Amino acid sequence: MQTYSLLREFADSWMLLALTLVFVGVIFWAYRPGSRSAHDAAAASIFRNDTRPKAAPTETEPR
Amino acid sequence: MTDYIKLTALGLITLLAAIAANHARDLAYMVHAVIIMVVAAGLFLWVLRRTDEPRAAMPQNEYLDGVVRYGVIATAFWGVTGFLVGVVIAFQLAFPALNFEWAQGYANFGRLRPLHTSAVIFAFGGNALICTSFYVVQRTSAARLWGGNLAWFVFWGYNLFIVLAATGYLLGATQSKEYAEPEWYIDIWLTIVWLAYLAVYLGTIIKRREPHIYVANWFYLSFIVTVAMLHVMNNLSIPVSVFGSKSVQVFSGVQDAMVQWWYGHNAVGFFLTAGFLGMMYYFVPKQAERPVYSYKLSIIHFWALIFLYIWAGPHHLHYTALPEWAATLGMVFSIMLWMPSWGGMINGLMTLSGAWDRLRTDPVLRMMVVAIGFYGMSTFEGPVMSIKAVNSLSHYTDWTIGHVHSGALGWNGMITFGALYFLVPRLWNRDRLYSLAMVSWHFWLATIGIVLYASAMWVSGIMEGLMWREVDANGFLVNAFADTVSAKWPMNIVRGLGGMLYLAGSIIMCVNLWKTVTSAPGRAPAPAAIPAE
Repeated sequence: MQTYSLLREFADSWMLLALTLVFVGVIFWAYRPGSRSAHDAAAASIFRNDTRPKAAPTETEPR
Repeated sequence: MTDYIKLTALGLITLLAAIAANHARDLAYMVHAVIIMVVAAGLFLWVLRRTDEPRAAMPQNEYLDGVVRYGVIATAFWGVTGFLVGVVIAFQLAFPALNFEWAQGYANFGRLRPLHTSAVIFAFGGNALICTSFYVVQRTSAARLWGGNLAWFVFWGYNLFIVLAATGYLLGATQSKEYAEPEWYIDIWLTIVWLAYLAVYLGTIIKRREPHIYVANWFYLSFIVTVAMLHVMNNLSIPVSVFGSKSVQVFSGVQDAMVQWWYGHNAVGFFLTAGFLGMMYYFVPKQAERPVYSYKLSIIHFWALIFLYIWAGPHHLHYTALPEWAATLGMVFSIMLWMPSWGGMINGLMTLSGAWDRLRTDPVLRMMVVAIGFYGMSTFEGPVMSIKAVNSLSHYTDWTIGHVHSGALGWNGMITFGALYFLVPRLWNRDRLYSLAMVSWHFWLATIGIVLYASAMWVSGIMEGLMWREVDANGFLVNAFADTVSAKWPMNIVRGLGGMLYLAGSIIMCVNLWKTVTSAPGRAPAPAAIPAE
């Protein structure tokens, strides 16, 4: 079998299936239970650390 | 020690560039060799003066914002330059006498057109992407840029690439691939700069102090990675001589066409869309002072865009030697792209829910919202035009140019202006912009300019398409090509006027930003105590 036909058949079948599953999996992963708090924290991260980097963990005072 | 290595390398580059200039087979190559020689010699002297001098340590508790400031200046400069060249070539199309006889071979339409596209896409857009991505990745990672001064190398290296590309176009060095015109040695240089960019960006994300990688960084990162891949694949060429600018493509025929438009459409998809969406997902929530409407939707927006865009390229090659199935595949994926695009648009717009009243008082936010509106409009128009039946009317006409400009001027331009208005007061430590009234002037000039441009090109493009396909009762074509050229003359003038309004707006922006830096009140020093999170 020619390389082209071989690759074409692979792309049309298993690769297509794998990519579709990855894509569907990503969507389900975004909606997994308990993701809301993580997403809210991530969405709010732009409002922190505006002027200077966060200090390294060793330098922070105990809270 | 590193200074000695740098001096050796720069000395060698200067020498080799001098040799190359001496052996040059064409003018463009010789000019480029001289430019490289002068730059390398200048850097040699600069490094030499700093060798064995005590060096200040890099403060890790501060962001590296100097390179962002330079990027903002470069963005504004290249923006005005690119718009100006655009206005010039628009009037060259309307009045051919503007292709002056004395400038033939250097400043006629054919030479200036790639200069315009590269200046606005790669110089204006590219500098905007590099500087905003450096700003955003530091804030969202809560870490200084990785790699010390590597970010400075990225900035200067990228702008050297632009200078080499632009001078090359004027002197006739081009490999004739749309949006990938620079010749082989410029491509190699861009690859080096781009890998350094990727290293800085990834390095910063890896050393981040925030648990999550904010979604804007995903978009920026996909833009950097994909552009690297596209650039290398589309520029596989073999130089005719190491002392000449001419090179020959490895691919040929329809394969070359497919690789070119796989590159070309993903340059739109990842350079002008994914990268600028990174801007949208940071600057719109920041300016609206509210988190993005739905973080889940932004994740789905990202993955759907990444999965679909890469397949859309063949819609540039409908009714060509490209196999039918490939064209259909491109069309289907282009239509599917409509959904993630509009999901992203809705996400951007709804970020303002509860803050819509701010549109009355905040012209910067208004600019960003109009940018998102144009993103939605052009990502609707694009899929429509990718349908074969529509494409048979629209392709090769001014409609395509109108579509590109509603996306580029409306989406990329306006979101960049919004980001610049956001960044300048913060980067130069000013309390506010110099004048909001000037922002409003810029907003209206730019918006009216785009409307004039896009509507003129719709009328002109559809008219051209209809005239080209008109046949008489015996099946003969009714119109010659020159008939369409004369019929669209009024639209060409309207297009040029629209471009002038857009250019005028950008000049007002430059004045405003300049005055912001020089004469707006300074920001009060930040309070010493940092509140706990």
